[in-house]
Amino acid sequence: MAAVQRQPAMLRALSSGFLTFWCIIAFFPIFWITVMSVKNPLDALAKSPVQVFFGPRTLAQGDGLSIIDIVLGLITIGLLIYIGRVRLAGWVKQYGLPNAPRISWVLAVILFCIATITVLFGILPLLSSILNSIGGPLGTNIVGLTTEHYEAVWFERGFTRNFTNSLIVTAGVVTVSLTIGTLAGYALARSGGEIAFWLLVAALIFRALPHSVLVAGYLPVFIKSADILRPILGEAAPTLYGQPWAVIIVLVAINQPFTIWLLRSFFQNIPEELDEAAKVDGCTHFQAFRLVIIPVMWPGVITAGLFSFLLAYNDFLVTSLLLDGQNMTMVPAIANMFNRETNASDEVQAIAAAVSITAPLFLLVVLFQRQLVSGLTAGAVKG
Amino acid sequence: MRFKTFAAFVAPSFVLMMLFIAAPLASVFWQSFHVTQPVFNEVEVETCTPGFGTTNCSIEKKVQLVLDDNGDPVTKTEFVGLQSYRNVLELDRLGEAIGNASWAQVMTIDFWKALRFTLMFTLVTLPLVLGVGLAIALAVNNSLSTIRGPVIFISLLPFVITPVIGALAIRWLFIGNGILTVGIETMLGRDISMFAQGWTIELMMYFYRVWHVAPFAFVVFYAGLQTVNQDALESAVIDGASRWQRLRFVIIPHLMPLILFLSLIHLMDAYRVFEEIVGFSSQAYVISLQWLTYEFLIPSESGTRAISRASASAMLTMIGIVILLVVPLRRFWRDRHARH
Repeated sequence: MAAVQRQPAMLRALSSGFLTFWCIIAFFPIFWITVMSVKNPLDALAKSPVQVFFGPRTLAQGDGLSIIDIVLGLITIGLLIYIGRVRLAGWVKQYGLPNAPRISWVLAVILFCIATITVLFGILPLLSSILNSIGGPLGTNIVGLTTEHYEAVWFERGFTRNFTNSLIVTAGVVTVSLTIGTLAGYALARSGGEIAFWLLVAALIFRALPHSVLVAGYLPVFIKSADILRPILGEAAPTLYGQPWAVIIVLVAINQPFTIWLLRSFFQNIPEELDEAAKVDGCTHFQAFRLVIIPVMWPGVITAGLFSFLLAYNDFLVTSLLLDGQNMTMVPAIANMFNRETNASDEVQAIAAAVSITAPLFLLVVLFQRQLVSGLTAGAVKG
Repeated sequence: MRFKTFAAFVAPSFVLMMLFIAAPLASVFWQSFHVTQPVFNEVEVETCTPGFGTTNCSIEKKVQLVLDDNGDPVTKTEFVGLQSYRNVLELDRLGEAIGNASWAQVMTIDFWKALRFTLMFTLVTLPLVLGVGLAIALAVNNSLSTIRGPVIFISLLPFVITPVIGALAIRWLFIGNGILTVGIETMLGRDISMFAQGWTIELMMYFYRVWHVAPFAFVVFYAGLQTVNQDALESAVIDGASRWQRLRFVIIPHLMPLILFLSLIHLMDAYRVFEEIVGFSSQAYVISLQWLTYEFLIPSESGTRAISRASASAMLTMIGIVILLVVPLRRFWRDRHARH
């Protein structure tokens, strides 16, 4: 890349300046709502950014961070990101169960999440309170910080229930979507026939459909489903409206087109000779899939799973129309919280809820950056 | 692979797509021509009030809901032809507005207002997303390899964030005393309100969408840049091509398939614009086609949902996406035939 090295200083400055600018723009909105969410409402909605950032009123009520806390916090978060992005893979290889790399990975990810939560909410506050008491001037609070809004959202306003609902829907969508998507994606990758081609074209068209079009089709049927299904199922006929599992199926179907395209392009990268060899050895196609393909397909499946997760977790339209208040997931709950007539304190609570919903996504990028990137490029490069 | 095996593998996915994508489409099509309404009938009710000596009786005609044995209202469904489409399109008002040559009057009709915004949103954000994505990819490609990982990490955050929440995050920067509003006010030296008129809200929506999708374009372009033919670049240098010419005549043609791919995906996604309306609460000023259908689908104060009108608006939305996608899909088609 000799050509790149000989760039004029002007161009280099421009390029790195632009990159810095982009990084600030990309990160700032998320950073700023996090700052707002930990302040007294008077600070959070204040006119002066300096006041929002330092939070004098929050300090005045006795909640804040000292220099020790800030240093400690930055080091911990940096360390967690470093471990998640760089070291975790090595540790799984070294200490994981040698025969079950997948289970080791799942365990590692769960352990990592638990460790993050314990460190941030258990060990860190304890450590900082000890250090602050012996730290003298370094131990006095200089930046206001309060967790009152988080406590209010999670414990008083029943956000925990919304979180559980989101968890159920998301876990269901990922599991079902991957199970049936993997089968279809594999078959589509191995068959170059006309039917496979037409299926893929149909999937592409289905992917383009606005979701409200589909929901307009579901709603009347779902509301009356008990009447419609009674002749078949008798008294056990369910009303699909408001049922989390009905929403799971709907989201799986909406997500299928993308999933099968993505998985197809991953399976195309697995050499066909592998299944051929298995079949020569006397396997049926299903056995070949189970014994030869399943062990090597996980990188692609994890990637597809991440995108299913994002679709289910981030969905607003389908969940808000097909679930009622009892089963509301997080995103519609926050939108409701925000669109009601609110006072300042409610508004900051909504911000705290918004940050809460973003935190797992942040963790997701920390852990799965490489898989996300490969998913984004898979469709493009393969066509 | 034999057909039977293929069918067995594909069946679950195929059945699900047929049941929950194709069948709802058919049902929307049917619903858009039919209206389901509760049945009313007129009954004569005699009410008597005791007076002095006489009883005053009057007979009134009242309109009553007909209830079935369980006490639920009886409904009947009838074929109404294109009536729901007429209700959504409001062609008579459109004709009147065109007669007055008044664009502002056209924009008072929900459907045309939504169509204008949806198309403009799609077409304005498309070049911005491609341009910003390419610029970031070139800048990252030009940077030290040690900072590439962190830059990709930060760039992915706007992409994975929940759309409604992302829109809310941008909104909080601008609303009331939001940091950016205050910043702009100090610069301009006068008070501004970003949420008091439609066009400023629209600008924020464009900004949000580019912020949200540019990372996707960036990652795809960045992957594409890794496969640029170095020999071609070097011969371009020897031939005396400037940086700009190398970008224009070597790199961009190499990225052309990716540009088409991203445009196709972006057309589909931007046409579905919806979460921005929720996040910015812009429905009083700016609405999109998906929002129009959504609004018909949420129960009104009396608890009824305008299913038929929602279906008509959904069908119209679909016609729009089909028209938008004809060109890219035909290209896809020709490529396929060229390969065979």
